[in-house]
Amino acid sequence: MSGFFRRLAGIPWRSIAGDAFSRALLVAQAYCAVHVVDQHLCSLAFVRGPSMLPAINLAGDVLAVDRVSARLGRVENGDVVLMISPEDPRKVVAKRVLGMEGDSVTYLVDPGNSDASKTVVVPQGHVWVQGDNIYASKDSRQFGAVPYGLITGKIFCRVSSVIFFAS
Amino acid sequence: MARALAFAWPYAKFCIVGGLFGRTFADWCASVSSVDGESMSPTLDGHQAERMLVEKRCLYTYDFTRGDVVVLRSPRSHREVLVKRLIALPGDWIQVPENQEIRQIPQGHCWVEGDNAANSSDSRSYGPVPLGLMQGRVTHVVWPPQRIRRVDRNMPEGRIMSQ
Repeated sequence: MSGFFRRLAGIPWRSIAGDAFSRALLVAQAYCAVHVVDQHLCSLAFVRGPSMLPAINLAGDVLAVDRVSARLGRVENGDVVLMISPEDPRKVVAKRVLGMEGDSVTYLVDPGNSDASKTVVVPQGHVWVQGDNIYASKDSRQFGAVPYGLITGKIFCRVSSVIFFAS
Repeated sequence: MARALAFAWPYAKFCIVGGLFGRTFADWCASVSSVDGESMSPTLDGHQAERMLVEKRCLYTYDFTRGDVVVLRSPRSHREVLVKRLIALPGDWIQVPENQEIRQIPQGHCWVEGDNAANSSDSRSYGPVPLGLMQGRVTHVVWPPQRIRRVDRNMPEGRIMSQ
């Protein structure tokens, strides 16, 4: 019985604790580095759905997202952006920017059924986003121009096709 | 040259790691921000160089309560950050006395107003704002020491009919 306690006292608790702490610190540093790069520099996003056909696959594509240009305000007409959905803040959607603030945007109201079109001026601080597949996309034609602050990143590269090509 | 770098490297590493930890903590838990302007007086007073504690845990599920003081990106200019009180949540009907109208807040949006109604440009001018613009909730004022206190949620009377 006392032999057990003697063995217990003989274990180098201090150095084990020191090792455990330095490893945990390393893991924490790695996690923080990954988080900062992912949220503020560059990230990967898996995007799927019909609204951006043919640019983005129905079954999904892995895309590289540039967070720096979105934060610096360097988003222009024609860019595909990742943004928080104005209808549900827990969802992130990918759409194409078709109008910046002050631009006059003309769009088809109901492309499948009629030729009617409407023209709107994008208000200050907002952008007009549309999916490439206008027949199957819920975008600014339904919920209006969205504030620029909802944009979280600009998509600049499709990573999944690079992977498939290389293999 | 190599010696100077070897000497400075531990300090540089300490600063970089500290920055990463700080940035991650500010994004996930809470951060301290300064108040600018008078749209929230007397609750928050920009003229006294007040600093407020902004907690970020509400952003995990976008779970806000009516009456919270929130920090949000301005819908008019994405670089500007505003502090307002959240008056109505999605689905609520809000009475806007200035325009003598009653509006329903659409899904995913909220209605924000400054406490200093005369001196605040808020949802009464630009309408409901998407919840995706929220950047955090103000829970305490932490500076100057004589003004340290909790920032409570309180609601103006009779403005909303919730579902």
